[in-house]
Amino acid sequence: MSKPLIGILLGAILGAFDGLTAWFTPAVRDQLASIVISSTFKGIIAGIAIGLFARKFHSLLIGILFGLAIGALLAFLTARFAVGGYYFEIMLPGSMVGLIVGFATQKYGRTPAAAHG
Amino acid sequence: MKWISDTSLDHLRAVASHPDFSATKYSLLRELAHGGMGTVYLAEDLELGRQLAIKVLNTPEVSEEMARRMIREARIIARLEHPGIVPVHDVGLLPDGRVFYAMKLVRGSRLDEYALHEKSVKDRLRKFQSVCDAVAFAHAHGVVHRDLKPQNIMIGSFGEVLVLDWGVAKILRESANNSSEAVTLRLSPSESNAQPDSAAPGVEGFTSDGTVIGTPHYMSPEQARGEVDRLDERSDVYSLGAILYFLLTDQAPKGENTNGSNGTQRTELVVKPRSINSKIAKAAEAVCLKAMAHSRTSRYEGVRDLSIDVGRLLDSEPVSAYKENAFEKLGRWVGKNRFLVLLVLAYLLMRIFLILVPRG
Repeated sequence: MSKPLIGILLGAILGAFDGLTAWFTPAVRDQLASIVISSTFKGIIAGIAIGLFARKFHSLLIGILFGLAIGALLAFLTARFAVGGYYFEIMLPGSMVGLIVGFATQKYGRTPAAAHG
Repeated sequence: MKWISDTSLDHLRAVASHPDFSATKYSLLRELAHGGMGTVYLAEDLELGRQLAIKVLNTPEVSEEMARRMIREARIIARLEHPGIVPVHDVGLLPDGRVFYAMKLVRGSRLDEYALHEKSVKDRLRKFQSVCDAVAFAHAHGVVHRDLKPQNIMIGSFGEVLVLDWGVAKILRESANNSSEAVTLRLSPSESNAQPDSAAPGVEGFTSDGTVIGTPHYMSPEQARGEVDRLDERSDVYSLGAILYFLLTDQAPKGENTNGSNGTQRTELVVKPRSINSKIAKAAEAVCLKAMAHSRTSRYEGVRDLSIDVGRLLDSEPVSAYKENAFEKLGRWVGKNRFLVLLVLAYLLMRIFLILVPRG
């Protein structure tokens, strides 16, 4: 499995799970579907970016930091447009998802063979 | 009449048996090891100005067969050009008729000495894999070592692994892919068919002419029974299994004395490694016991298969010798992906925290 594909799959799964936890917040429970969709979409975008980064740069630390930064950035943008100012509740798990995807894409997945010639 | 003391007599004997290298380009520096067939000296190549090891046949009054075997040993090593096998530089005759051969000097420690200070199982397994690679190379060239044991393996100063003492090696066949070598190094039919041995197990240390092949604890059951004609690569597989046993338990394999149905004592079962050290992984034990199976048909077909399983142990992957259950599979996966599992657990804890702690 390629690194971007690992990023997409993991980002989508964790993003969807992240969105589903909104069910525990009664104030936004009626918007659960749109939260899950947007959270999954956010996870996929983060996964693609982090996966492509991992294909280019092979460093566990830098990969984790990049994942953390992308996760935090996308979560910040989501929180900014969300009603209610749930910055902490959105940004903390979003950053964590980015960190996990950053780690996984550095550690797993194959890198395309270097071109010879 | 004046009697000579035993000490003086020993000294005179030592001087008399000291090989005379004055007609060669070598200068002997000191004795490194003494064995049944030959003595190994630290020497200097005066032309190239480098130190090397020279093995010299012990006494000039030896049988032609012994000299022939020493040349045979040198030729066997010479045909095996591999980083894990000590290269032979030269072979020749001393003025007193003794055969000698010069080989690379290996600085380092023997595997048993190395194991005293290297406690990491992973590092030990990596070294073991290198031993397997060298032995597999010899097998591919039709040579079986027949005396593999920790004392015959050297770990060099830079971590390189070298298999020594090919004195009782057996040539099974000429290698198909070394025809050029075969032209220059082919042994005469009498040499390649020479069976030096009516095996008489029981002597530890160097293998000596016509008396011993192999070493107790490390030789295969068929080898211990003296079935010379039946010895093949799987006999070395057994010895490698015994070395793995030593690396896992810090002990040479011991027989589990059980009473057979006819009341006789059987020692064909070895004490299981995990009964010595319960921390040894079940898969590692299974690999070891498969290599040491009493019946050679139950062992690994070749050293390469054993090496592959050891590689899987190192990579925390399933081995062919052990069928794990679902819990063991899960445990191995978690062990292999410990950090990822910790990250996901941290994420879940954080999620639970956010759910439980009301928004202030």
